Amino acid sequence: MSDEVSAEILTTHLLDLAAKGQRMDGRGIDQYRPVSIEPGFVETADGSALAHIGDTTVLCGIKLEPGKPFPDTPNAGVLTTNAELVPLSSPMFEPGPPHPRAIEVSRVIDRAIRAAETIDLTKLCVTPGEKSWVCYTDIHVLDHAGNLIDTGMLAALGALTHATLPNKRFGIAEADTSLEVNHFPVECTFARLGDAIVVDPSVEEEQAAQGRLTIATDEANRIVAMQKGLIGAFSPDDVKDLVERAFRHGDRLRAVARKGGSG
Amino acid sequence: MGSVGAKEVPVLLSPEGLRIDGRHLEELRSIRIVAGALHGADGSAFVEWGANKVMAAVYGPREVHPRHLQQNNKAIVQCRYNMAAFSVDERKRPGLDRRSQEISKVISEAFESVIFAEEFPRTSIDIYIEVLQANAGTRCAGVVAASVALADAGIPMVDLLPAVAVGKVGGAIALDLKKEEDNYGEADLPMALVPQSGRLVLLQMEGHMTREELAKALDLGVTGCRAIYEKMKQALRDRYASGGGAA
Amino acid sequence: MAHGNRPGRPSGGRGGSPSHSARERILVLPGEELPTHGLRPGTGTYRTSGKVYASVLGFVQERPPFVQVTPLSGRYIPKPDDTIIGYVADVQGTFWLLDIGAPRWAPLHMTGTPWKIEIGETDRYLRIGDAVVVRVENLDPTGRIGVTMVGEGLGRLEGGTIVTVSPAKIPRVIGRKGSMIESITQITGARVAVGQNGRIWIDGTPEAIVQVRKALEMIEGTGHRSGLTERVQELLRSSPRAAPTEKVRLPPNPSRPSLDRADPVPGDPEETEPPADEH
Repeated sequence: MSDEVSAEILTTHLLDLAAKGQRMDGRGIDQYRPVSIEPGFVETADGSALAHIGDTTVLCGIKLEPGKPFPDTPNAGVLTTNAELVPLSSPMFEPGPPHPRAIEVSRVIDRAIRAAETIDLTKLCVTPGEKSWVCYTDIHVLDHAGNLIDTGMLAALGALTHATLPNKRFGIAEADTSLEVNHFPVECTFARLGDAIVVDPSVEEEQAAQGRLTIATDEANRIVAMQKGLIGAFSPDDVKDLVERAFRHGDRLRAVARKGGSG
Repeated sequence: MGSVGAKEVPVLLSPEGLRIDGRHLEELRSIRIVAGALHGADGSAFVEWGANKVMAAVYGPREVHPRHLQQNNKAIVQCRYNMAAFSVDERKRPGLDRRSQEISKVISEAFESVIFAEEFPRTSIDIYIEVLQANAGTRCAGVVAASVALADAGIPMVDLLPAVAVGKVGGAIALDLKKEEDNYGEADLPMALVPQSGRLVLLQMEGHMTREELAKALDLGVTGCRAIYEKMKQALRDRYASGGGAA
Repeated sequence: MAHGNRPGRPSGGRGGSPSHSARERILVLPGEELPTHGLRPGTGTYRTSGKVYASVLGFVQERPPFVQVTPLSGRYIPKPDDTIIGYVADVQGTFWLLDIGAPRWAPLHMTGTPWKIEIGETDRYLRIGDAVVVRVENLDPTGRIGVTMVGEGLGRLEGGTIVTVSPAKIPRVIGRKGSMIESITQITGARVAVGQNGRIWIDGTPEAIVQVRKALEMIEGTGHRSGLTERVQELLRSSPRAAPTEKVRLPPNPSRPSLDRADPVPGDPEETEPPADEH
């Protein structure tokens, strides 16, 4: 059960621990919680995956539907990413219109998917200027125990990797085809606790954090998105160091997202 | 519920009296209930029922925000039934549409009928239902999940609240409709039963039935609810009889 | 899990004193009829048409003249004289509102502290997020929870950390006559203060805190079986002994919470034959 009020005593404790290279749940500073993914969790989606990082659980469903291409990109399909931080998932989330926090999660994930050219959008064109596939990536948070961006990205990548173009349903072709995924972006989030910078912050660590930095990388060794969040600061040297750490974690996260299971 | 693609009406009832998925008229789809599926809620449950997947969480009793909603003599019971965008064939726009708002209201009132809300004045008991995969009967699956979640959250109530829909397919009264039966059948009658009193606290109907058919459907629904009731109790026993629970 | 746990099934392991582990407690769910044996309906029950039913999920307890259901889950329900740990959720001119893990926040009035405070200066003493050990003084019919910070072992917590367990497991954490908590503090060298509301304050070396946390996880997961104290001791001894706490902080040493809920089995000699399994 999560508390509604965060106790200051936990913040102090987390900072004390971090100064000694320790964390409340016994993890190392540069250690993720257990990561796992279940692709194909939702049959009504054209692609889906349930991702867990520790107690954090995020479900992503992909829907592919024919629509009209944007006028300035008549030969390309359309990609939209949306994240729902539903009140079921945390006492901190309330019903109502999307909170800026939900919008941040969806936009950071959207940027990584887009910049990594995860999907070749020209392959989603059906009739130039008239009909193209719209790829809806809906990220549904079910249990919030910290680090929604990494978990959401993992669920999205897992869902995209296992998605099918429903050609038959919309009379576009005789057979359904797999959605082609060209690149595999993953996000890696860090939180500053005093002088220490921990990876994969828990919800308590996020509350105590003096700055958060997310770095998205892909398998082609590119940095494809970044986001500094929360109140706090990082030096350029911090950032360079974190990029190296993000690449190291990225390979393992990518392997989990592509294969399914845990890692 | 609308559907995409094939518009041809399928044969819903075989000459042998079997349904589209081979079930008998009085047979439920398979049901799996997990009590305590989430770490952060006061109570939670996950229900897989046929091809439905529904998660429910309960928060509270807790302070009411905004405060003007407070009731001086009892807790307010608020349910939010929501469908994930990818839970249906055609992507659903995120957020509560009119259907979801109506369902949220009747489910809130069903639970208000069984919760001892006067034990917690000026508080709120919040019930959240998320439909992750829909295949007809999601409001009933939602009620079942939410009811197990309420018990998991230690909320005092008259009884658990099993629910099921009865319908009319191919001219016959059938228990627990699946999607094709719901889309092409002649009637749909979702209900939730208080087993202790034998009364219904949720009841809706869409379609048409004769008096005799309705009487039969109500009886069949009550029988179905009692079978689901046993599964709900077993899910809670599995979580608590081993002394675990309340993570 | 899932091994057909039924009411009346004899318990598996038999450690500890046989008089307390020989009988399995009966788990009931809301809506299940209770065997009353002539007793009156108590907490966690309701009566209708002359029959008594459980209203919450929990274990049946006979406390003559009442039969009651002790909940196994749910938020903390305050009782007078409970020592609990609260977090300051809001600061007002003359009082603070404490989140105590209960359905409602509890107001702590400035006169309920050891300090002399001017009106409007409350936030110089306690701020949002501060953790305090308080005692439940009274409950009024409108649901207001009166708490005080005046008394031995009460006050603001500094240092250490807080772990939350289900309030229903607190009797297990304390153990019979405090045996469990004594084992834990002796073996780990940590200082521990147990709030009846499920919040447990731990101070000590990081290793000791991790050990206590593990012990609490074990108690939360398997608290029903007998021989738990022995198994927790085993767990703690199997990891290298933690060095005793080097720094000792004041004040927290809350008086040991009342033990009336620590008794794992109600003392009701009449109840020998568990009712038949109806399911």
